Amino acid sequence: MQNQIGTSRSFSLSDPRFRAWLFQIITLVAVVSMGWFLFDNTQTNLQHRGITSGFGFLENSAGFGIAQHLISYTESDTYARVFVIGLLNTLLVSAIGIVFATLLGFILGVARLSSNWMVSKLATVYIETFRNIPPLLQILFWYFAVLLPLPGPRNSLNIADSFFLSNRGLYMPEGHTADGFVAFVVAVLLAIVGTVLMVRWANKRFEATGVPFHKFWAGLAIMVLIPAISVLAFGSPFHWVAPALKGFNFVGGWVMIPELLALTIALTAYTAAFIAEIVRSGIKSVSHGQTEAAHSLGLRNGPTLRKVIIPQALRVIIPPLTSQYLNLAKNSSLAAGIGYPDMVSLFAGTVLNQTGQAIEVIAITMSVYLAISISISLLMNWYNKRIALIER
Amino acid sequence: MTTHTFKPDMPPPRKSVGAVAWMRANLFSNWLNTLLTLFAIYLVWLIVPPLLSWTIFDANWVGTTRADCTKEGACWVFIQQRFGQFMYGFYPSELRWRVDVTVWLAIIGVAPLFINKFPRKAFYGIGFLIIYPLVAFWLLHGGLGLENVATSKWGGLMLTLVIATVGIAGALPLGIVLALGRRSNMPAIRVVCVTFIEFWRGVPLITVLFMSSVMLPLFLPEGMSFDKLLRALIGVILFQSAYVAEVVRGGLQAIPKGQYEAAAAMGLGYWRSMGLVILPQALKMVIPGIVNTFIALFKDTSLVIIIGLFDLLNSVKQAAADPAWLGMATEGYVFAALVFWIFCFGMSRYSMHLERKLDTGHKR
Amino acid sequence: MKMVKSTLAILTAATILGASGFAQAGATLDKVKKQGFVQCGVSDGLPGFSVPDAKGNYQGIDVDICRGVAAAVLGDASKVKYSPLTAKERFTAIQSGEVDMLSRNTTWTSSRDAGMGLVFTGVTYYDGIGFLVNKKLGVSSAKELDGATICIQAGTTTELNVSDYFRSNGLKYTPITFDTSDESAKSLEASRCDVLTSDQSQLYAQRIKLAQPNDYVVLPEVISKEPLGPVVRKGDEEWFSIVKWTLFAMLNAEEAGVTSKNVEAEAKGSKNPDVLRLLGADGEYGKDLKLPKDWAVQIIKQVGNYGEVFDRNVGAGSELKIERGLNALWNKGGLQYAPPVR
Repeated sequence: MQNQIGTSRSFSLSDPRFRAWLFQIITLVAVVSMGWFLFDNTQTNLQHRGITSGFGFLENSAGFGIAQHLISYTESDTYARVFVIGLLNTLLVSAIGIVFATLLGFILGVARLSSNWMVSKLATVYIETFRNIPPLLQILFWYFAVLLPLPGPRNSLNIADSFFLSNRGLYMPEGHTADGFVAFVVAVLLAIVGTVLMVRWANKRFEATGVPFHKFWAGLAIMVLIPAISVLAFGSPFHWVAPALKGFNFVGGWVMIPELLALTIALTAYTAAFIAEIVRSGIKSVSHGQTEAAHSLGLRNGPTLRKVIIPQALRVIIPPLTSQYLNLAKNSSLAAGIGYPDMVSLFAGTVLNQTGQAIEVIAITMSVYLAISISISLLMNWYNKRIALIER
Repeated sequence: MTTHTFKPDMPPPRKSVGAVAWMRANLFSNWLNTLLTLFAIYLVWLIVPPLLSWTIFDANWVGTTRADCTKEGACWVFIQQRFGQFMYGFYPSELRWRVDVTVWLAIIGVAPLFINKFPRKAFYGIGFLIIYPLVAFWLLHGGLGLENVATSKWGGLMLTLVIATVGIAGALPLGIVLALGRRSNMPAIRVVCVTFIEFWRGVPLITVLFMSSVMLPLFLPEGMSFDKLLRALIGVILFQSAYVAEVVRGGLQAIPKGQYEAAAAMGLGYWRSMGLVILPQALKMVIPGIVNTFIALFKDTSLVIIIGLFDLLNSVKQAAADPAWLGMATEGYVFAALVFWIFCFGMSRYSMHLERKLDTGHKR
Repeated sequence: MKMVKSTLAILTAATILGASGFAQAGATLDKVKKQGFVQCGVSDGLPGFSVPDAKGNYQGIDVDICRGVAAAVLGDASKVKYSPLTAKERFTAIQSGEVDMLSRNTTWTSSRDAGMGLVFTGVTYYDGIGFLVNKKLGVSSAKELDGATICIQAGTTTELNVSDYFRSNGLKYTPITFDTSDESAKSLEASRCDVLTSDQSQLYAQRIKLAQPNDYVVLPEVISKEPLGPVVRKGDEEWFSIVKWTLFAMLNAEEAGVTSKNVEAEAKGSKNPDVLRLLGADGEYGKDLKLPKDWAVQIIKQVGNYGEVFDRNVGAGSELKIERGLNALWNKGGLQYAPPVR
């Protein structure tokens, strides 16, 4: 009897531990067999249909041109290099977008809380308009309805003979290093070191005596003065080459192609609306007592905001801000809609088509986005922890 | 007997009431605010009058062809002429009543759920959720006496709605299961769910759509293939379920531990304690969050343009490429933007309203 | 668990939708006969080749090849279902069996013919890459295009051939790639790019879609060979022959002067033995192809001979008004040549 009970218990379905094991084993077997099923199918499909597979294609030469490449590229370069170019273009548009969206978002978020009725209503209208329209639609709108109808390069909008805006993009003067370049770099390094030393000294003095020091203005003065002296003494570090009209188009100068411009504007406008809401709720989450306490300590509005409200609000703001950054990076893949040569349109588009190796190409693309996502969230988690540590 | 009558109150000082005082307090309280106000007024002046004259006063409202658009402003004739295409895509015009009926059935069917005192709401809701999709599928796709309409002819706003609703309806159950799995105390199940969720949340929808349109056929046994729309739907559902799972997880985490313990103390097993105690509370709490993911999904449906399905945005784009209507891209995009905006804004208001209504005090 | 469940859900949904069900590769003919229609992959909008009209009915040369196959196999040219495919999707769609044949102005190249498990059945249209430019630029030859910005459709052989041409001539260019030809045309019109490049047939088609067609010219250079043809899966020789001989039947009919109007009379009383063999009045040639005796009659009666198809879709009878050129029959100075029925 004893034995029977023992065995029946260890195999009983009503034993939670046994059931837990059973469930987990079933799940694992199901997942593994599902994976095997897909893998096996793919294998047979590729073999039966005589489709080439493997990553060897990355070594082949690409043979097509690319509109924008941050590193040098010729048609005889490999698909691997095309991949790097696409990745860099994605990172470029994400980085620019994140910077501008953060700036605009903070301004709008604060504006929405402003006591000025006009300003707060305008900010509200902006936010409610832009976040309720699909980003792809906004990209298409900026590109096809705003930027393309701009005049051609011959009639471009000319700003001070150095900036030209046409439907070929925004052309800017390009800096070439000149005689004073080395001295200038040294001066900038000196200025940075000087500022760091000054801030340390000021912090020490503040903790010792409680006398504040105008760190910001002093730092600004150092950062401007030392490089300025170098420019006066050794000459300008750059000579600027303005773009000039030659043949079909402008030659020389930096260019922001309209695809990049449209993508940046649209992603910035869209993401800024979300960031504004995050900033607003972050600031509102700091209780009003904090403001009153700061005021009663004699802090004025500016220092109250900078030293009391924002540090506390940031803790609420950072986590959702992270996911907005991630969203922006992921939304940059909408570049495919207007032909900006990003990761998706270049690699998962053109390369996929030329090689026909869908599985490899899409797998690489997806893992790159996964890697970007994971690294941004790790970075933000680290920052979040650092900020949270200030809390006692 | 003398009665004491109060003298009427003195009016408040003129400086503290009325439009002037309001303006003083809200617009011109100090020099910075005054400057900001003037700047804002300048911005409005810069944007609003040209916008109004383009969209309304100088716009062309009547006509049948591009030549009828003689005035400076927008040519809404284009929208009027192509309205059918924007709403139904290539759905045969003599069968479009079927789409209308589907939509009306949805509205009529859902309406009772918004009446607070409707009896047996839960049963009705579940019944509706089971019966309606079948009816809708039958009406839209045909069969059993109705003429078949291939999914390649579906398009316009109708397709946008189909993708969004099927996407969320499919993602909900899957998302709930994933969220429960992520909170499970069985390590293998947790790992599987976390990997699944983080994978789909880490990649852009556009690559998911690429995958479902280009790679999926290679994953399946030879000779087996799906309809293009169905493939896109599978991609959307998998993608969306990860987001729903995270929202539901938030709800599960917000349920006080006492509820779990109470359920266990009542002798309920895992499924019954989840189904009868935890989920009803958690789901109610996350309804606004789910509406928000639905809004995101609704906007994301525009991405199917990349795999060549003709949703609202793609229909607009295609119509604007028609040589007979060249140069109408702006009108088309503005129209599409307006339609998307109305849906998304409406839903976001609704979600805020729900948030207030459902706030039954679990937050501390 | 979830995965299995979702797979089951997918499977059931697939059967409900009755998409295309299960089929054995290697027996496309049986599958087509059983399902009662030909599932044909076409372009989502390419004037003259395959373009949906306002009601969503497809027209064009590529479409007519599919209709020809349906007429030969099922005796009814209207029994075709079209899958509009983007350039990206086309190969997986045919590889996976989603479509029975791909007739989507696809250039015949060695890698596509050998490395992708596909096989081309012939050439429906001999094309080549050309350039469309605005007259204002004053360009008369492609050699003058140094430094130009060029609009190209993404994922086509054009991208590679343009690059080869500019490299071999030592010219520089900036490519702007779009997913669809409509977007490229719009960008040319807005002068986002100086030149639109594509297959010549497409340039004519794009030109008539511009607001001011007469402001644009097609440059004389043709810089590449672009033989366009239908594609089927490798390993199903039966189906391969049927698609191949559908085109040959159309060509042979044109050569022998058989048209959609006189085909029935010719089938009964032609004096030309070639025609009698083609139209099944003499011999059992249809049987070799596993087709009905009157397969060619059906093709020509319902779809027309090659000349009629060409005229109707891209030639004199259409808006494109493209010359026969390379696509004339071999005995009229062109390249179109079909083996005899014997």
